This record gives sequence, C-alpha cells and structure tokens, in this order.
Amino acid sequence: MKAALIGLGSVGKGVAGILAKKDLGISITGIADSKSGIMDSMGLDILKVLDTKKNHGYCGDRNISSEDIVRKGDYDVLIEVSPTNADSGEPAIGYIRTALSRKKHVVTSNKGPVALAYKELFTLAQKNGVSFRYEATVAGAIPIMHTLEQGLAGNDILAVYGVLNGTCNFILTRMAAEGLTYEQALMEAREMGYAEADPTYDVQGIDAAIKLVILANTIWGDGVSLSDVDRTGIDLLTPEALRLAEDENCTIRLIAEAIPRKRILRVSPRIIEKDHPLVVDGTLNALTLETDMAKDITLIGRGAGSIETASAIIGDLLYIKNHYVQRS
Amino acid sequence: MQVSMKLEMKDSPGQLVAALKPISDVGGNIIAVIHQHDPDPDHDNLDVQIVLELPEGRLETLVALLKKQGVHIQRIGEERLLYKRTVIMIGHLMHTGLSDTVDQIDSTGFAEVCELSMSMPAVNERSSSRITIKAASKGDMESALVILRRVAREKSLLMIEPLEAIAE
Repeated sequence: MKAALIGLGSVGKGVAGILAKKDLGISITGIADSKSGIMDSMGLDILKVLDTKKNHGYCGDRNISSEDIVRKGDYDVLIEVSPTNADSGEPAIGYIRTALSRKKHVVTSNKGPVALAYKELFTLAQKNGVSFRYEATVAGAIPIMHTLEQGLAGNDILAVYGVLNGTCNFILTRMAAEGLTYEQALMEAREMGYAEADPTYDVQGIDAAIKLVILANTIWGDGVSLSDVDRTGIDLLTPEALRLAEDENCTIRLIAEAIPRKRILRVSPRIIEKDHPLVVDGTLNALTLETDMAKDITLIGRGAGSIETASAIIGDLLYIKNHYVQRS
Repeated sequence: MQVSMKLEMKDSPGQLVAALKPISDVGGNIIAVIHQHDPDPDHDNLDVQIVLELPEGRLETLVALLKKQGVHIQRIGEERLLYKRTVIMIGHLMHTGLSDTVDQIDSTGFAEVCELSMSMPAVNERSSSRITIKAASKGDMESALVILRRVAREKSLLMIEPLEAIAE
C-alpha cells in the first residue's frame, strides 16, 4: 500500500520512523512539511528524508508543496498529521477533501477537521467508497475508535466519560501530590514539554471538549460542535481545594462526559474518589464507555507522544490495508 | 414529625405495598423509599429504608400495624436526611456572604448544609471550601444543587461537583 504523509512534526516523524523500521507492507510515496515536499511513486527512502529534515529543517524540494502531493501524488492513503487548527481546520480540511474526492483513503491525527467538518468528510468518504479514519485524534494510543467500531459493535453506547487531556491531568496530579499551586504545576508541565507556551487550549478544557465532540459525533452522529460543550477549565483551582478533596479520600480531575439521555455534554473539574478507575497519574488518559450489553469498559493509556500517537495511526493504516487495499 | 425507619420484609410480590399501607392508614406521608436488595440470593428478605412525615402521636400505632403485617422494624431514627453530597467551592467566599450561601440551602426545608470546611490562604486571595449537603431524597438533592449552582454563578464562585455513578 502506498501512503503520502502530510506533516513532519513529532507525530509525522514517529509514523515515518515506524514505517521505515517495521515491515508492514506500507511504502511512503510522498512526504511534505510546512516548507517543502518530496515525491517518488516507487517509494521514498524514509530514513534519508528524515535525515534531510534533521539537517536542513525541511524535508524536500521547496518547490513542492503539501497541496501538490495531495492533488497529484501517487498514493492509496493520505496520512494527514499537520498541526491542529481548532478555529478553521484548514488547510487540513482542504487536503482531506481533495484526497477523498480522488477516492483515496485518509488517516489523520488532526482534530480540527474531524471536530469541524466530520459530517461532510464522512459523507464524502462514503460516497467515494473510501475510509476516513482518525483513531489518533482522541486519547492518543488508546484504541477507542477500534473498540467502538469492532469490539463493541452492536452495543448501544449510553455514555462516554473520562480524562482526555494529559496536560491537565499532569497539573492536577502534581498539585495533589506536592501541594503545588496551579501556576507552579503549570511551569513544571512546561519544563517537561507537556504544556504549550500558551496553555489556554489545554487548561481551559478546549482540547478535551474538541475530543468529546469527536467522540459524540462518532458514536451518536448527532452533529454537535464545540460551542455545545458546557466547559470549565482547571486554571482557577487551588491547592487548598485539592487538599479538601484529599481529606475525603478523593481528588480532582478534569472529566469530559457525554450522556445523551441526560443531555449532558460537559468538560469540568470533578471530585472523584482516589480509587476510581479514571484517576490516573501524570499525562495518562482514561475513559469509560457505558454500554447496554458489555456494561462498563474502561480504557487507560498514553494520550500523547510521538510513537504512541504513531501507534494509533499505524492501526488505522493497517485496518485500511486489510479491508480495502490488497496490493502492497 | 419526620421519621426514618429501616424495615425488613419478605422479598415477595406485594409485600412492599402491604408494608407501606399502614403508613397511609395512620395519616402518614411517605417522603422517600430506598430499596436495599440483598446481594446474597439465598437471603430472601428485602431491606427497605423509608422516610415519612407522620402526624404527632401516631408512631406507636404505626409500629403496631407494621408488626401485624409481619414487617420487622430494624431501626427507627430521626435521621431524616438520607442523601449526602459534597461539593467544593472556590472563590471569594467570605466577601460574597458565606452565611447567605449556606442559608439558601438551609432555608429550603428539604436540604441542609451539614458540614463546612474552609481554607483561606491569605486576605484578598480566593478561599476554598468543602460543603456537604444532606437531603431527604434524590430529587431534593438535585433541587438543592440547582440552587447552589445558581448561587455560585451569581457570586462568581467555581463549584466542583462529584463525579457520580452515571448508570441509573
């Protein structure tokens, strides 16, 4: 199977590295970063491209753009892993639309397009008989979409709730464990590379809310958007509040929850018993699915990281390879 | 008067209705019924906790009637508020009138603040508090929380609620 890779940041490098290392029957015929691109329908030497990126800061020919590869490249599946733009979803939505229109499968880790244009892209994929997969957008390495699609097939999903933002979970873990203030814990998160220079997106619950929207649309197809989420962040929490929770053998975690029968779509800090399965440490993610037949299923795992996210993308790629594409 | 009782009866159809009938016979009003099915399948008894409003002086008659129905009364208490919920509130709790916040719950008649812990790190800094509310029924608890959410919004307080068991 031939793949084109758009985006060569942490996730893109992770995917390229794994495809170079493991013999999965997937070759890369095009790679683009934000400045350049490179194509070879016979398959690129991935390690060489990664080397060029490392030494020069860009991966290929400055005259070849992401769009060129998406529009003209020879590939079966587009791997779209450029950075998330939560406001417009562009340019990723455009890339995905083009690829799907060309009857190419798409795998993405980019939350923008899935949160903003899910219905359009999903319908377009269906119309063209190709697959649009986005396992990596929610809870990193946790195979939540595969679990919903295959493992829990036939179940009614009644509710989904959990910890979907590792940065917030790290901050809350450190505030509880060391009595740090929010500001101190945030600084520590930055030093560890878990928080961006502008942490708003994480700490005000926007990232978790976007993931919740993706889950809700995937499960119930109800067309909800970010503005439908009732959202409270963690930036006003005090170490005293965590201590007060601790006195009752509880702690505080940022919980995203979607419960259609109660009309709840919410991200908010919650008091939660310390031995509750959703109380995970550090940057881990955890989520519980409540279903009619299987009852409760809780999944815990790494919510971010280069190779961890690559794991989710590789899972999607191999799904497509096994279900749609026979040639390798 | 309000009374709570823990009753034990045979877990067979019609038993609960039969057991509850004497309450209306003595002019009582049932506020809440809480089932506690025994997890042990060999144990065929049903434990039920009830909260009721009773006219003064009727308790003895009721006890006699219940015994006649074959209901075993395990406990009678005045502990009427059975549901407990703890929330944490963060903000300028003192400046925005803490006693008013508490009073808004206490004055409902169906719920009350039974515990309050405060932590005030410094003057002018936001304080944090843990507030435990008791209510007679689940519905009353939800009504009390609705009031508290409104108060929190009006006073710009951050209210953190527990993650409850969702399956119902």
